[in-house]
Amino acid sequence: MDIKLWINGKLIKDSVEPDTPMLEYLRSKGCYSVKRGCETSNCGLCTVWLEGKPILSCTLPLMRADGKHITTLEGLQSEAEEFGAFLADEGAEQCGFCNSGFIMNVLAMKRELKNPTEEEIKEYLAGNLCRCTGYVGQLRAIKNYLKSVKGEAGNE
Amino acid sequence: MSEYKNVNRPVRKKDAMALVTGKPVYTDDLAPADCLTVKLLRSPHAHALIEDIDISAAMKVPGIEAVFTYKDVPNERFSIAGQTYPEASPYDRLILDKRVRFVDDAVAIVAGESEKAVDRALKLIKVKYNVLEPLLDFRRAKDNEILVHPEDNWRSLCPVGADNKRNLCASETSEHGDLEKAFAESDVVFENTYHTQANQQAMMETFRAYSYMDTYGRLNVVTSTQIPFHVRRILSNALCIPKSKIRVIKPRIGGGFGAKQTAVMEMYPAFVTYKTGKKAKMIYTRQESQTASSPRHEMEIKLKIGAMRDGTIKAIDMYTLSNSGAFGEHGPTTVGLSGHKSIPLYNRAEAYRFVYDVVYTNYMAAGAYRGYGAPQGMFAMESAIDELAHMLNIDPIKIREKNMVREGDTMYAYYGEPANSCALDRCLERARELMDWDSKYPSKDMGNGKIRAVGMAMAMQGSCISSLDTGSVTLRVNDDGFYTLLIGASDMGTGCDTILAQMAADCLCCDVDDIIVHGVDTDSSPYDSGSYASSTTYITGMAVVKTCETLIAKLKHYAKPFLECGEEDMEFNGREIINTKNNKKISLKDIAYSSQNNNDAEALCATESHSSPISPPPFMVGMAEVEVDKETGKTELINYKAVVDCGTVINPNLARIQTEGGLVQGIGMALYEDVVYNEKGGTLSNSLMQYKIPTRQDICDIQVEFEPSYEPTGPFGAKSIGEIVINTPPPAIANAVYNAVGVRIRELPITPEKIYNGMKKK
Repeated sequence: MDIKLWINGKLIKDSVEPDTPMLEYLRSKGCYSVKRGCETSNCGLCTVWLEGKPILSCTLPLMRADGKHITTLEGLQSEAEEFGAFLADEGAEQCGFCNSGFIMNVLAMKRELKNPTEEEIKEYLAGNLCRCTGYVGQLRAIKNYLKSVKGEAGNE
Repeated sequence: MSEYKNVNRPVRKKDAMALVTGKPVYTDDLAPADCLTVKLLRSPHAHALIEDIDISAAMKVPGIEAVFTYKDVPNERFSIAGQTYPEASPYDRLILDKRVRFVDDAVAIVAGESEKAVDRALKLIKVKYNVLEPLLDFRRAKDNEILVHPEDNWRSLCPVGADNKRNLCASETSEHGDLEKAFAESDVVFENTYHTQANQQAMMETFRAYSYMDTYGRLNVVTSTQIPFHVRRILSNALCIPKSKIRVIKPRIGGGFGAKQTAVMEMYPAFVTYKTGKKAKMIYTRQESQTASSPRHEMEIKLKIGAMRDGTIKAIDMYTLSNSGAFGEHGPTTVGLSGHKSIPLYNRAEAYRFVYDVVYTNYMAAGAYRGYGAPQGMFAMESAIDELAHMLNIDPIKIREKNMVREGDTMYAYYGEPANSCALDRCLERARELMDWDSKYPSKDMGNGKIRAVGMAMAMQGSCISSLDTGSVTLRVNDDGFYTLLIGASDMGTGCDTILAQMAADCLCCDVDDIIVHGVDTDSSPYDSGSYASSTTYITGMAVVKTCETLIAKLKHYAKPFLECGEEDMEFNGREIINTKNNKKISLKDIAYSSQNNNDAEALCATESHSSPISPPPFMVGMAEVEVDKETGKTELINYKAVVDCGTVINPNLARIQTEGGLVQGIGMALYEDVVYNEKGGTLSNSLMQYKIPTRQDICDIQVEFEPSYEPTGPFGAKSIGEIVINTPPPAIANAVYNAVGVRIRELPITPEKIYNGMKKK
């Protein structure tokens, strides 16, 4: 089947099998940040944005993205570095395998929620599993990041 | 503030920014696109003999390169446990076997050009099984008439009390003092049985590897492993080819927690490449990682404790039965920790005995998981000590203060090793303050049908395997005066590449950025037994200290003709070597350039190894506050306090994350995680949907503090941190639940159902 879509702003026209999963296709196009951690939509490692909204690329057929824009962490490098620095300063990146999907969702949350409470943060990111950190260091990093972003906004 | 420039500081991990920006640094990101896809046909039966296997239809599928069965593999048994040679784990595996021993055991290997072709071929393999009765009760496995390993080429390399004709993977008795007398003199004797379930490490990156033949006709394997050097030996054993023909490379790893201390699947793609000459890749699905992997050993522990009315513990008698499953990986060694890491906590006891059996059954084989066997033993011991305290009407803290191991003790149940550094008493005192124990113990009725209560547990672990683990590093000076540190230990995300560089930087008086780290490649890294047994900081760290000393000595020796003095009159400040008599200097840069030039050329490079006759235990105290619903038994963890003595904290950030992460895994073990089987031996918990690891919404307030001692035999006074942190939650939470509603859960996990049934029975 013919498909037209944008990956990180770049137009791609391709012919693919109708059952091509988005995750495997994105990796075949060099978006290696997108990881698979399960087959049951439980782990959140494969989170990307479709039209700016976070989705799980493991269960979404690529055809659903026809005519649409997909964003992966490869397309958000400066923001990834900005938030990632807070994660790194807690040592909370650890093995890093969940980082890409997690950061995609953190950056989506930042756009969607204004001044989220701790409970709202946990709820928004509940689908992003991590086995290394116990989540506590990630939460510290998110709070510090949101504080700094807010501080910058206040200075503008 | 730290007395060091790099050590004891929260240095960022060297690979951090690559990881947070999603760079392609993991096994599957690096694999060539034209690798053959490798998958396995798996057994539907827990115990069967393959009578006939027909691969002809599968071979006809377009794109299929090869299908291998037990007829194609060497008939030499080996172990896939990552342990120092000669391994304690029995040689009981073949790459593929005529006998299948658990549901999802490997039956055939299929390799093809695409996943679709391989999936089709898998469906077309016809297998005729002679289905045998499986052995599914580990309590009846010893001397059962069903034998899991009746074969004559089964081998045990070490005297661990193994006997395949009795389903015994290992057995042993150890004791100290006059046990009978100590029990006879005790005022009270407490006795009970505890059961801990199997757990999955559930690291986010499942098992995976790819392989190819290199320019020199050697088999190269890139794998997500904690044990590159052991993988080289294991593949050499499995394929029956010399180790010199194999190279193993470890890129970044997406978590290990012990799972990857077993070479669970490297042999399959390696065999395909070896036979076909083609690149091959295997990625375990989450399901395979849940059903055919290397979970924690299920154990049943019988504990008998003799004590005086004032709480003085006189005698401890422990029997552990461990379920090794279909194969013996880490079976003989995990079990030892259930006693040797729990009994010494109560080192004032006059006598102890520790007996164990490790048995084969027709379940998926167990393996190494953070804590090894210690969490199992700690759950039994720390639950029992609370039960004893209640029996004697003594505060759980008081009974521990009275009996616990202290600095300067000889720990009889810990191979007679000394407690050179032990701040367990300070950990307990600090945790008590943090939890506000005295005002919260035992419980408080919240007036809304819920009761809040506190519970506690102590723990210890090791810092290596004494006299066995070996770590080595190579350090060389490059032009410009920066260093390359070649590391044989596997950084699995925990940050060992960084903390080893921190130590090197302090030894060499330079910045962490001046040290380039490189690991692990069995062709270039110096030998390291691997990242397990909590040994990297303590063992490989000490190898770093020794190597730096040797290199500095070489630098000084090299500087002699330039400074015209002996080494005793030289000082190295990180940038230059100075003749202290006349202030004449030569810079490190000049030494480095000179050493690479003309007649003064010399390889300024050092390699040192380290191993240790002792394994100094880190200690810790964990305290849990729970809220239990009196109607439903639903238990919520309100907060958790942990105080850890890991000696000098090399990197406070990374040590804190280790602790928090380990605690949450321990909380999962305590409350949710359970490998559940059906009546035919098949794994029901085969996805992250069925096997529930904690999410961030399950996690309460966790507070971690360090109460360092100074370990004289460790680098900069350090001990270990990686494993001990998983030990306290199961008993601390069980004890808190008892303090809340008077229900004693002796079988993990602590589910609302068990608490509810317990409340109903009362």
